[in-house]
Amino acid sequence: MSARLIRRRSARPVRRMSARRLRPLAAVALAGALMATAACGGGEGDESGSGKTTLVVKTFAQFGYEDLYKEYEAAHPGIEIKEENIAQFGDYLPKLQQWMASGSGAGDIVALEEGVISKFIDKPDQFVNLLDHGAGDMEGEFLDWKWKQALSADGKHLIGLGTDVGAQGMCYRTDLFKKAGLPTDREEVGKLWPTWDDFLATGEKFTKAKTGAAFFDSAGMVYQNILMQQGDHTYYDTDNKLVIDSNPAVKSAWDQTVEMIDAGLSGEITAWSPQWNAGFKKGTFATIPCPSWMLGTIEKQAGPENAGKWDVAKVPGNGAVRGGSFLAVPKQSKHQKEAAELAKFLTDAKGQTSAFKAKSNFPSALKAIDDPAVQSFTNPYFNNAPVGKIFGESVKGLKPVYLGPENTPINDRVGQALIAVEQGKLKPDEAWDKAVDDAKSVAR
Amino acid sequence: MALHLTKSRPPTADLHPEPAPPRGRLLSRIDTRWSPYLFIAPFFVIFAVFGIYPLVYTAWVSMHDWEIAGKGEFVGLANYTALFADADFWNALVNTLGMLVLATVPQLVIALALAALLNQSLRGATFLRMGVLIPIVTSVAAVGIVFSQIYDRDVGMANGLIGLFGIEPIDWRADKWSSWIAISSMVNWRWTGYNAIIYLAAMQSIPRELYEAARIDGAGWLRQFRSITVPMIRPAVIFTLIVSTIAGMQLFTEPLMFGQGAYAISGGSLRQFQTVAMYMFEKAFRDFDYGYGSAVAWMIFLVIMLLTAVNFLITRKRG
Repeated sequence: MSARLIRRRSARPVRRMSARRLRPLAAVALAGALMATAACGGGEGDESGSGKTTLVVKTFAQFGYEDLYKEYEAAHPGIEIKEENIAQFGDYLPKLQQWMASGSGAGDIVALEEGVISKFIDKPDQFVNLLDHGAGDMEGEFLDWKWKQALSADGKHLIGLGTDVGAQGMCYRTDLFKKAGLPTDREEVGKLWPTWDDFLATGEKFTKAKTGAAFFDSAGMVYQNILMQQGDHTYYDTDNKLVIDSNPAVKSAWDQTVEMIDAGLSGEITAWSPQWNAGFKKGTFATIPCPSWMLGTIEKQAGPENAGKWDVAKVPGNGAVRGGSFLAVPKQSKHQKEAAELAKFLTDAKGQTSAFKAKSNFPSALKAIDDPAVQSFTNPYFNNAPVGKIFGESVKGLKPVYLGPENTPINDRVGQALIAVEQGKLKPDEAWDKAVDDAKSVAR
Repeated sequence: MALHLTKSRPPTADLHPEPAPPRGRLLSRIDTRWSPYLFIAPFFVIFAVFGIYPLVYTAWVSMHDWEIAGKGEFVGLANYTALFADADFWNALVNTLGMLVLATVPQLVIALALAALLNQSLRGATFLRMGVLIPIVTSVAAVGIVFSQIYDRDVGMANGLIGLFGIEPIDWRADKWSSWIAISSMVNWRWTGYNAIIYLAAMQSIPRELYEAARIDGAGWLRQFRSITVPMIRPAVIFTLIVSTIAGMQLFTEPLMFGQGAYAISGGSLRQFQTVAMYMFEKAFRDFDYGYGSAVAWMIFLVIMLLTAVNFLITRKRG
């Protein structure tokens, strides 16, 4: 739209300058101004006046590192830490793209989500090899698969250190469950759905009670959760071959989800939309599969007036992980050594425990998972749900899920196809074919 | 620009009646000769840095398999050949042109009518004239949020209104026609007043005598409007048409705000309202296919050039 304004401005006639003797003076002033403009493009000024080294940490959503920064700064007087946070992951991604493409702006540590790190793993050269900075000693501390997600195929280049894993739970509204005549105690609720078929049956019971609320928010969320429980790979096999149409796991997750749409369980409220945000507060849906990192979002959206109405139960099916992040040091950092040290500090078992307590981001370090402080942690907002125990059970014995290079765009497209089914715009079979075709064109 | 350039160059010979000392003369000659260029230099320097350079660089990127992890192979025109076979791109182009028509035609017609009304001697004319400008002062994002709520499927005002007439609620985002109408209404709401003011300014420069003569000849209000007002403000109409076309081709924020959730950039579950600008953004910054995104950007540029040329030819022929 700015085109209109620019047009208008440049359409104004240029005033003629006739004062001849002012001209050389004006020329000098002009040249000066131009040079000043040119100078603005220069350095980033990452040395502060105090002579300290400033480390810039780029994050999205909530990593819960505030206390850790203070602790680290106190122990390292020469270091100053600045976190630059972008609240929405969707806004963070394009920025990350710009920083990496232009070779500047990424700061000293960048947070990478697991779907993103899979894009970099084949070309790890933009990131410092953390094995060169002694990170190799930490190998045994992490969940094995988490470690491997950030390791290049030849095992020689480690581009990131794991932060959290998206351990799964099922969040539900106790007041709506009560209204529908369902149990509200989280143990009993968990027993309602050992499998997703049982979840469907519970949903049908809930819908019959006509509470005015949908059973879950949107098909995409449920699909994601089922998909990540299906096996060791989804759209790609471990050789990076696209197997969306031949991997039975994907189709079975799709079919189960479609069955639930057909049963009318979905509220058809697109995740991360304003209506979805408001839905937590108004109770327009009764359940939502919630990875550990989503608890912070639910608490924020539902607000203090709904404290205790949301609770967390065991997720149907086996344990699963969805999401989770890493910290990496980009090669463009001027303080790679210091940044690598800080990344190690933030991601070790102690750092992860602290982040879990702050924002419920469930740790990926074994010692942190077993830490009694994590195991016994309860979340007051969710009726004092023992989230440490619930998520801990879901994480243990997990198999890694391999994602592959174009995982995120393909996942986006499958999600859109499910929305088209919800909207009644496509029949499930048509939508499936479209999702497969789209995936193939993305992966071309 | 060229016009001003020639005008502001001083007639050198007449301005130097007596010879100056040699050194001074040289300086003065350099001065008279090059200063004008220096004065206009800022525009061209800035245009080169922020206009030409990105354009050329984008073309360079578009010929590579360029991903988030950095520059890949040189692929020549492969991105463009893929683009021509890309149904999603053509879908986005159709959407953009569709919304361009829906947003431009009613907008300019209403603006014309509004300007004609504002051109009457009204009580509080200045107040009313400023009033129609208010919508462009608002931020696009805010407009997008408010209109998204108006067109909400479950609790939106639009569905409430049509419900009064017994019409079933509409899922505005589910169909092309409904989403196009919703998005066009945002654009129209925001820009009609702006165009009305431009027309009004043009109308006020029409000599009163023309109307007087027409009245003597017995022309009514409508006839005067058709035969005097509209032809006399032609340049303004052409200006608004071209500017609306360019803006319409770049339509981005309104449909993005209208979309839902983390993947709003797709413009609906079946890309019902994805514009070419959104498609470019999706390819470059969501799928991280930087080279392909650049190819889309160049196609947008070419389409705008094409439309502008068509506009230009039509106006030259008829003007």
